[in-house]
Amino acid sequence: MHLSTYLGLLHASENSLAEAFDQVGRDHADEPDVEHLCHVLSEKAAGHVEALSPFVTRYGVQREDEPDRLHAAEFGGTRTGGVGLLRDLQDLYVLASFVDITWTVVGQAAQGVPDAELLKTVGSCQAETSTQLSWLQTRIKQAAPQALIVA
Amino acid sequence: MNRVENIWGVRTPHERGTEWPERVDQELAVAEAEVDRWVQSACVLCSNGCACDIAVKDGKMVGVRGRAGDRINHGRLGPKGLYASWQWSDQDRLTHPLVRTSEGLRQATWDEAMGRIVEESKKRHPLKQGFYTSGQLFLEEYYTLAVIGKAGLGTPHMDGNTRLCTATAAAALKETFGSDGQPGSYEDIEHCDALFLFGHNMAATQTVLWSRVLDRVEGPDAPVIVAVDPRDTPVTRLADVHLAPLPGSNQALMNGLIHELIEHGYVDHDYVARHTIGYDELAATVASYEPKQVAEICGVNAVDVQHAAEIFGRSERVLSTVLQGFYQSHQATAASCQVNNLHLLRGLIGKPGCGVLQMNGQPTAENTRECGADGDLPGFRNWANPQHIDELAKLWNVDRLKIPHWAPPTHAMQLWRYVDQGSIDFLWISATNPAVSLPELPRIRDILSREDLFLVVQDGFLTETAQYADVVLPAALWGEKQGTFTNASRTVHLSEQAVDPPGEARSDLDIFLDYARRMDFRDADGEPLIGWTTPEEAFEAWKECTRGRPCDYSGLTYDALRGASGIPWPCTDDAPEGTDRLYEDSVFPTEPETCEDYGHDLLTGGSTTPEKYKALNPGGRAFLKAMPFTEPPEWISSAYPLIATTGRSPYHFHTRTKTGRSPQLKQAEPKVWVELSAADAAELGVAEGNQVRVESARGWMEGAARIGGARPGVVFVPFHFGYWDATEGAPPSAANEFTLTEWDPVSKQPIYKVVAVRVRKA
Ligand code: SF4
Repeated sequence: MHLSTYLGLLHASENSLAEAFDQVGRDHADEPDVEHLCHVLSEKAAGHVEALSPFVTRYGVQREDEPDRLHAAEFGGTRTGGVGLLRDLQDLYVLASFVDITWTVVGQAAQGVPDAELLKTVGSCQAETSTQLSWLQTRIKQAAPQALIVA
Repeated sequence: MNRVENIWGVRTPHERGTEWPERVDQELAVAEAEVDRWVQSACVLCSNGCACDIAVKDGKMVGVRGRAGDRINHGRLGPKGLYASWQWSDQDRLTHPLVRTSEGLRQATWDEAMGRIVEESKKRHPLKQGFYTSGQLFLEEYYTLAVIGKAGLGTPHMDGNTRLCTATAAAALKETFGSDGQPGSYEDIEHCDALFLFGHNMAATQTVLWSRVLDRVEGPDAPVIVAVDPRDTPVTRLADVHLAPLPGSNQALMNGLIHELIEHGYVDHDYVARHTIGYDELAATVASYEPKQVAEICGVNAVDVQHAAEIFGRSERVLSTVLQGFYQSHQATAASCQVNNLHLLRGLIGKPGCGVLQMNGQPTAENTRECGADGDLPGFRNWANPQHIDELAKLWNVDRLKIPHWAPPTHAMQLWRYVDQGSIDFLWISATNPAVSLPELPRIRDILSREDLFLVVQDGFLTETAQYADVVLPAALWGEKQGTFTNASRTVHLSEQAVDPPGEARSDLDIFLDYARRMDFRDADGEPLIGWTTPEEAFEAWKECTRGRPCDYSGLTYDALRGASGIPWPCTDDAPEGTDRLYEDSVFPTEPETCEDYGHDLLTGGSTTPEKYKALNPGGRAFLKAMPFTEPPEWISSAYPLIATTGRSPYHFHTRTKTGRSPQLKQAEPKVWVELSAADAAELGVAEGNQVRVESARGWMEGAARIGGARPGVVFVPFHFGYWDATEGAPPSAANEFTLTEWDPVSKQPIYKVVAVRVRKA
């Protein structure tokens, strides 16, 4: 059963996302909203990691390299300046999108098992991931013209 | 009567459901017989908008008198209206434009000053130019500025200091009802059985409105009063229940009140099912907010929470008012939405005595919002709705791409950040004084002194901010120009010109029009973009912009406003007398084609997409927005063990440019003070009147201690006291020296009410 592989992937990706939010928040402390909200959203991702733990135990961990490679490939650290902020937010967006679709995959499997408890966790965590995505999109849309045209 | 000592004047008590009796207040510097003429206006020293007439003698303003027949004040004026309406008019005024040279500011002609501005403006990309305006201009001026910015120059960077005072009111109304627009009416005070004041020290902020409440309180069948405020104030002392939550914990308290409403069966489920969306999520969110838990988070008594909820649940008619204690605090929009929720859960809206007053601070803040001189589009239009953009493009006859609408217009805090980064390097400030009123002044001063910044300041006085300007434009003030404005309860007043402006000062409208002419802004047919030259013509143009929108002015005229009383919008051919209350039919402007906003996630401010919004199928129902309590961004630590909150005095307005020049008010409140609880004062060894220093991680100020008032752990400092009249060598007096740069994720209103500080004897 590959559900365990995917749980491992999700677990590691949420971990990367939590770290990435945290790092972007710290390194863009001059943008108070970014600093504060990245911190809040990092905690959400960390909460997801915790919420996943019982299922990781239940289905066994079988970790592939995938998530670590994702982290290395997609989030190589923060940048500076207006365009740098934009790129960092974009990286977060890519990471969070990956997390989002991985929740979808896990949710589908949870229905097949069926595992009502896992399904419930998928529901609440994915809703929060969608909040992360909507904030990132809003902030990116706001920042883009200024960063690309006059910064 | 000395109205400094007797702030609210003599009582005229009356029964519930009867009209508030008239009482005409007047202040004259000459004998009444010597007055040449009386000129119609309304007071601009707070958001109440008390109607008055200005006395004129020999071409000078010499007094004011409340207008007896007006629906807002029934003749009354408060200490600010009486003692600071005109008394500043010939003191320290700017009478000529000034331009900066290597030696400092020197006098210049209008031609030179405007020439310089236009030259700088023309050489920059629109995205490098920003406008920071006010809550103190007139409607006609905001609308003109909005058209200049959005259809002339094409910059999204325009906001008002209304961001600091009224942004959350607008945001909470949009989130719940789909559009801005004050639901209630001041007349609800005459009808209510219970009055809830949420973070609203009405006795200080709108003194005449508080007189109106006092006259109910002292009459038969007085309303029950519940006050939420961490301080001890005239309001809380009168209240039947005083809830003093720790600063930053409003959302927990509100969730607790809603929890109790649901728990005790006070919800009108039929109303909720027909007129709202989101009940299940709201109920789930508040489920864990038992009174005991709320008491723990907020530091209040569980019994008081239960009692307050019971009053809300059992009273037939409840009126709620909300102000800065919620708007300038943590989770501002979320907590203010919960006030709307309380009313929706019981169906107490749109009926006499039942309503919500999401207040504002400044006199014309409502117009900044309507006209789109803040981070909104004119006529409460939705930036994310292409049809609304097309309406504006058609109205102004410009290409729709000219109008920046790729994101919401830039909010003030972000605008200042862009200046900080240098990506905006042309900033035009009108009628506001950010060098005293914005948070974290050391940072603001650094931004204002940036070498690369071209700064225009337009004001009646050489303010703290004007000192940094490259060009200073002398503006005509109240009584020296004509225009209309709208108070916190949608009531429009006309303010006529009573006297000439001093020297070469010009109205803000004339200044903006001059800029537009010199920039040669044109429409799609090559005609001048702005076709009006007088306030009345601007008003007529504005009417067209509002036609069919929630803030419909189409039935108003200057002549109608010259009648006995102000008129509340919407005012149309069908409702020529205006509209007392919105939502009498509980149909809310949430239809996707109508709404001003598709809403946000209250935690992050992430926008709801149009598709998601449409899928909710709101169909005229209101949104019950829910959110758990979260920790504030800044909290006490061992280094900064107290929480400071800033606020207002009944005697002063904004940064005292007018009230500080009134002899009575200056004497009433000459200096800044620091309010400490008795317990904290004892621990710090501070006695009444001792000079103390309040310090945060960002800056410090000093003031004389006043003991009592605040709850233990909380320090209060009024924000009015800047530096234009400071004595040489005096320590910093502005509360904003220590405040922080953080804002609500939805309304973007700065958090002035939750600042970690330490206090010591100076
Ligand atoms: S309550 Fe406000 S509008 Fe009325 S007189 Fe006082 S300051 Fe002026």
